[in-house]
Parts: sequence; C-alpha cells; structure tokens
Amino acid sequence: MQLFPLVAQGAQVRRRGKVLVGPVDLSLRGQGTSIIIGPNGAGKTTLLKMLHGIVRMNGGSLDWACPLEEAQKHQAFVFQTPVMMRRSVIENIAYPLRLTGLSRRQARAQAADWAARVGLGEILERQATMLSGGERQKLALARALVREPQVLFLDEPCAALDGRATREIEEILVHAAGSGTRLIMSTHNMGQARRLADEVIFVLQGRIHEFSPAAEFFAGPETAQARAFLNGDIVE
Amino acid sequence: MNDLWAGLSQAFLLLVTLDADLVEITLRSLRVTLSALAIACAIALPLAAFLAVRRFRMRRAAIAVLNALMGLPPVVVGLVVYVFLSRSGPFGVFGLLFTPTAMIIAQVIIVVPLVASVAHQSLRELWSDYHDLLISMNATQFQRVQALLWDGRRALLTAALAGFGRAIGEVGAIMVVGGNIDHATRVLTTAIALETGKGDFAMALGLGFVLIALAVAVNLAIHWLGRTESEGRW
Repeated sequence: MQLFPLVAQGAQVRRRGKVLVGPVDLSLRGQGTSIIIGPNGAGKTTLLKMLHGIVRMNGGSLDWACPLEEAQKHQAFVFQTPVMMRRSVIENIAYPLRLTGLSRRQARAQAADWAARVGLGEILERQATMLSGGERQKLALARALVREPQVLFLDEPCAALDGRATREIEEILVHAAGSGTRLIMSTHNMGQARRLADEVIFVLQGRIHEFSPAAEFFAGPETAQARAFLNGDIVE
Repeated sequence: MNDLWAGLSQAFLLLVTLDADLVEITLRSLRVTLSALAIACAIALPLAAFLAVRRFRMRRAAIAVLNALMGLPPVVVGLVVYVFLSRSGPFGVFGLLFTPTAMIIAQVIIVVPLVASVAHQSLRELWSDYHDLLISMNATQFQRVQALLWDGRRALLTAALAGFGRAIGEVGAIMVVGGNIDHATRVLTTAIALETGKGDFAMALGLGFVLIALAVAVNLAIHWLGRTESEGRW
C-alpha cells in the first residue's frame, strides 16, 4: 500500500476562534525521518495529531496517496505521556493486534516477541500502570510498532526520560526506520534532532517556518527565527 | 434498648437454628435481587459505556435524565409495573403480577439508572484517558465500549454494588407488585415491614440484622472475588 506523498494544502486547526495550526502547506515523501521542532506552544503536537487524523481540521485539505481509511490502518501514534491501558504489559502490546481480529494466542505470541525486542520481555505480566517512565515509553513504542505501521508519529517520546532511556528509545526508533517505517516526530532535544533527522520542520506560531533537509538546516537555517532557536534564544 | 437486645438475640437464634422460614425468605431475597442486578447490569453497563464514548445530539440531556432517574420513587415504579402487569394491563396475559418475576422487573427499573449513572462517571474518566489512543488505533465504537467495560471492570464493580445495595433494601415497589405472599413473594424487607406492622419488633429487628449481615457479606465476597484492593491491579 503506497501511503506517500502526504500532501497538506492550507490545512488549519482552530479552536474557539483561535488558530492553533495553519494554514499548513506541506508535502512529505515516503522515506526518512522528519523531525518537528519549535518552541513550546508552537503547535508541534497539534500538527502531528492533525497529520495523523486525531485532531479535526477546520479548513484546507490533507491527502494521502491512498484512501484515508486505508492510510489510517497503516499508521500509529506515540504520545508524549504514554497512555497505559489498565492491563498487563503483554495485553497492552497485544491489544492493537486483537483489534484486527487476531486470536488471543497469536496476538500474545507476537506481543511477547515485541516486548523482548524493546527490553520488556522479563515483565510481560506486570501491570502496565506500575511501570517506570522509560518502561512506559518502551511499551508505547512496542504497542505502536506491533502492527508494523508504514508511518509512525511520535510526540516528544523522550521527554522526561534520562539519557540511558533516551538512548534505548532512539535505538528502537533507528531500527524501526531501518525496517522501513517512516518516522514523523517532534522533539525539544536538539541533540536528538541532529542524531535522527533526515529533514527538519521548524514550527512557529502554528505555521511551518522552515522545512529543509537536516544537514542544510543545522548548517545554516534560512530564517532568523530558526537561527535564533538553534542558538538557544527565546523565540515567540 | 430492650427491643435492640431482643432483636439481636432473635437474629442470633434464627441464624443458629437455621430457621426454615428465614432460610426460605433469605434465599428468595437473594434470588430476586441478584437476578434483578444481573439484568440491570447487562442493560446499564453497556449503556454507560455508550454514553461515555458516543457523541450525539441530546447526549447531555440523556445523561441528565439518567441521573434524575436515580431518584425514582420505588412505590411509583411499583404502581406503574402493577398497572402494566395487572389483568387489565397490556402484559396481563402473562400472569406475572404477585410473582418473583414481577418483583425482578420492578427492581430492574429502579436499579438500572443508578448503576448506569455511577458506571458512567467512572467510564467517562477512563474514556478521557483512552480517547486519543483508541481513536489512533482505529478502534470501532463497539471495540471502544468493550475496552472501557473490560479495563474499567473493577470500577464498575462499585456501580454494581451500589445497585445491589439499592435492590436488597428495596421494599415499596416489591410490596406493591409482589404482594408479600407467604412462601411465594415474601422477602426480607417485606417480612420486616409485616413484622413491624404486627408489633413484633424483636422479629423485625432480627430480620433486619440478617438483612444487614447479608448485604455486608455479599459486598465483601464481591470485593474479595474482584480483588479490588490488590496492589497495582484495576
């Protein structure tokens, strides 16, 4: 199933008369990792959710290369604060597979495999709500990747994690990208952005200020705001 | 005070001797209440989950009506059920009036709004946690309802227990539709009302203590079975 290019034209999200994101004009290709950066409140999370389709647009269009229903089946989302279902680790990871009609036994077998890949193989039956922050994010990643999505949206997946946990999450993401999963991710961590990005989307006040290959962006951003942001200045 | 002691000793005596009438009345109370509760939960819990998940016109009004129905006067419910089940009523041909089935019907009508309302409160909070995740996973409405009911099962136990408490202590409606007929529709609450009317306060108190003990025992049993206080479990 060919999902890309993903084309947004004048896409906009408004709430109570205030424009949160947009108008956004954007065309994403099917390869690589796109990193969305920008200051707090710039609209990174809303942009990600809009692209994924869990935030309703109020204007413009967003078109995948295939019908929307098909595209939705091949996407997954990892939230900044991982949502832990009130189940065990293995049942959390197996849940997306159960939704597709897979038997419980098959779903649990695949879930156990994914849990082992992300380092949760020893705590399969532990209640997910009892996990640490790093373990929760790993579980969320395994749950998102278990259906082998073509595109994975991640909203600051390493926020509030220590260096070691961040490195482990990044290793999982690099492996997923290597396996062909398209990553679209927001982050505040510029080091992480430099390590993972193939292209950078710089967002400010709900609009895309700059969209360029990572090497070009980090070598010399085109806009003054992006330069200021990279220098650590306060940008509003 | 003498009546209280007499009631306690009467209750003790009834329990120790396993009084045949008491056993029969108690078992009937449990049968009627648990049947009503099972039917009410089968209606109320999916309804609560549906109201939490689905957005539709008049949803707020539906929730407000549901909450308001928690205060349904049991005697009025009994009266309405009586009219429907009486020989001249629309369901008179079934001959259900003054049977345990009529009592179950009345209790279901009383308990459904209570269970649905309490369940909706907890499922609404769970849904606010799960909303983005389940939409992101493309879960259908039915799958969302299923997930809420399963993952919220321990919170729903509280709703069911509230329903049990309401049903086991109900007297007005089941007196009207059941008739308090000996060996047929007499239950603990109607027996208490009868003994009080006869002036036998010791017997009435004895039955009352048995009723309280029964309610506490069932609550504890359900809590134990549901392991609601186990660490880290939902």
